[in-house]
Amino acid sequence: MIRKLALGTALGALAAGAAFAAGIDVKLGVLNDRSGVYADLSGEGSVVAARMAVEDFKAKDKGLNVEIISADHQNKPDIGSGIARKWYDAEGVNAILDVPTSSVALAVADITADANGVLLDSGAGSTALTREQCRPTTIHWTYDTAALANGTGKALTEAGGKKWFFLTADYAFGHSLEENTAKVVEANGGEVVGTVDVPFPAQDFSSFLLQAQGSGADVIGLANAGGDTVNAIKQASEFGITQAGQKLAALLFFITDVHALGVQTAQGLSLTSAFYWDQNDQTREWSKRFMDKHGAEPTMVQAGVYSATMAYLAAVEALGSADDGKAVVAKMKEMDIDDPLFGKVKVRGDGRAVHDMYLYEVKTPGDSTGEWDLYKQISSISGDDAFLPMLDECDFTKK
Amino acid sequence: MSSEKTDPPAAGAAPILPPSTGMPTLHKAIFLVLLLFLAGLPFMVYPVFAMKVMCFALFAAAFNLLLGFGGLLSFGHAAYFGGASYIAAHAAKEWGFTPELSVLCGTAAAAVLGLIIGALSIRRQGIYFAMVTLAFAQMVYFFALQAPFTGGEDGIQSVPRGDLFGLIPLENNIALYFFVLAVTFGGILFLYRIVHSPFGQVLKAIRENEPRAISLGYNVNRYKLLVFVLSATFAGLAGATKSQVFQLASLTDAHWMMSGEVVLMTLLGGMGTIFGPPVGAALIVTMQNYLATFGAWVTVIQGVIFVIGVLLFREGIVGVISRWLKRPL
Repeated sequence: MIRKLALGTALGALAAGAAFAAGIDVKLGVLNDRSGVYADLSGEGSVVAARMAVEDFKAKDKGLNVEIISADHQNKPDIGSGIARKWYDAEGVNAILDVPTSSVALAVADITADANGVLLDSGAGSTALTREQCRPTTIHWTYDTAALANGTGKALTEAGGKKWFFLTADYAFGHSLEENTAKVVEANGGEVVGTVDVPFPAQDFSSFLLQAQGSGADVIGLANAGGDTVNAIKQASEFGITQAGQKLAALLFFITDVHALGVQTAQGLSLTSAFYWDQNDQTREWSKRFMDKHGAEPTMVQAGVYSATMAYLAAVEALGSADDGKAVVAKMKEMDIDDPLFGKVKVRGDGRAVHDMYLYEVKTPGDSTGEWDLYKQISSISGDDAFLPMLDECDFTKK
Repeated sequence: MSSEKTDPPAAGAAPILPPSTGMPTLHKAIFLVLLLFLAGLPFMVYPVFAMKVMCFALFAAAFNLLLGFGGLLSFGHAAYFGGASYIAAHAAKEWGFTPELSVLCGTAAAAVLGLIIGALSIRRQGIYFAMVTLAFAQMVYFFALQAPFTGGEDGIQSVPRGDLFGLIPLENNIALYFFVLAVTFGGILFLYRIVHSPFGQVLKAIRENEPRAISLGYNVNRYKLLVFVLSATFAGLAGATKSQVFQLASLTDAHWMMSGEVVLMTLLGGMGTIFGPPVGAALIVTMQNYLATFGAWVTVIQGVIFVIGVLLFREGIVGVISRWLKRPL
């Protein structure tokens, strides 16, 4: 009898437990580069950021059972799209986060649209995600190449850098970066005094830098990325270019890159970012917690993963379900987001998250007080100025 | 077929195959079991993954025709694989071709490319041959990076899957799987036929002793060119099929690392065996796929396995099994 009773109570407790646990199941997949060139700026740090978002959102208390998984796409579109398909079809993932490397991001955007999932892209730079290949399930959170070009081009030209010289990586990405920036420079009363196409990838920039130095330009724009930018900056430092009064502008560069180069080499470099840890009290508080967990200050990509996850969870909570990706994205586009890290954020109809961008200059060794005290803010660029205007055919709120 | 004991083959070389009089029972049985297994596979594992394995299996088998049976180490097979995938993706996306026509387009392009590159490369031997093919492959890579239609580093994205013969929609993964199965299985059977034809026998003769083959009156260069073109064509077939599966063509497929990967697959599985390269391909692709969550460790594990492979069983997995069974596989 007692046994029966005990069994009954146990069963009852189990049933009650099950009923209590039956909240909204949300499964997030962080898909990024965990072994290659982008591992530092996205990688494990993005997973940490996503986990922090789930904690800070107090998902458990709000009845959301959030699970986070991660994988390495090795910057190969076929591997990335393979993982994305498997996640959606076989593992019940609701949203994919981060996805640096444009070719992978574009492939995942398509798969996401087919599977009615959600792509919260933070790591990729291609504007195609919200233009040529816009999808109703894509949100592009942190930056794109146009915003970086706009930010750097506009702010520097207005600050008196009228004459520009471009070192352009000789492939589609480099040319589009140069073209975007040149347009902005000219629209703001500047002129392009010369460009030189640098083979990609390149180790030796000396002859190109000499041309740039001799061109009489105020600003040397580096329309390249990753290792090329690092090499160019190192060699520019050997030539003493910034000390001689010319400005060096990196069009796609991250805080981890600056940290790796050190202020001695990178001093005076101008760059645009959506986020810097030492911006205000909120970013400092969050970045300190991030630092404790990850051992490095967050990049804008990692901060973007955090913010996007927060907004996504809010939308899921409001809808009461994460199953319909299109609906969640539509909800995110309706919300007014006030984010601790990015400030006011508005997700446009095309999936572009619009927020302010900032122009920074790398401090000189004399000004820098610590290992991560790297930037000083020159100006801020409002989101509407920074990002490209929306294409009508990509406005999914009207459809 | 004879099962008499043959001398253990020299390291890396294939067991000598007997002259062909139809397919040996053992091979028939393996092909049959394989076909049955593959027919059931999409219901056990994720179909897109299975399709990827098959594309690489065909790629490795095509490469093996050149290396294992022709004795020519090409270090530029990514050119045909990637080139075909770009052409097939472009044909499907911009010209609206049906999948089978797109794949044929890609394959034909790879054949032409193979003819041009092959005609120039076979004039040199050994390491020079490998370097010449690598140089040409880098040219193709550069072309893929720069040409206006390839989309630079973004590649060609959102390739529609289309309707097979204009009738059967391939949106469904299972339908596409059986299309890929037919292509791959057909391709590998064709390669098997080539290897066991008189042409294949001459190839092996050239591989073993080129001066003797010349003295016997064979026009060695013509044979080499033909096997080069055949290998490029089937590599292209694999690449073109892959572009339909993943709905994209990207620089990864044309990168020199892809040329290296196919060498790895072939050596690991067993160079100069029929079933070895597909086994190697399956192993490598499975590792890449299922170990993706380990991050940076994937490449490390892959490297360790390769080192163990070449140290412990130089004939490759299937090569070792073939030695145990004392039968060519």
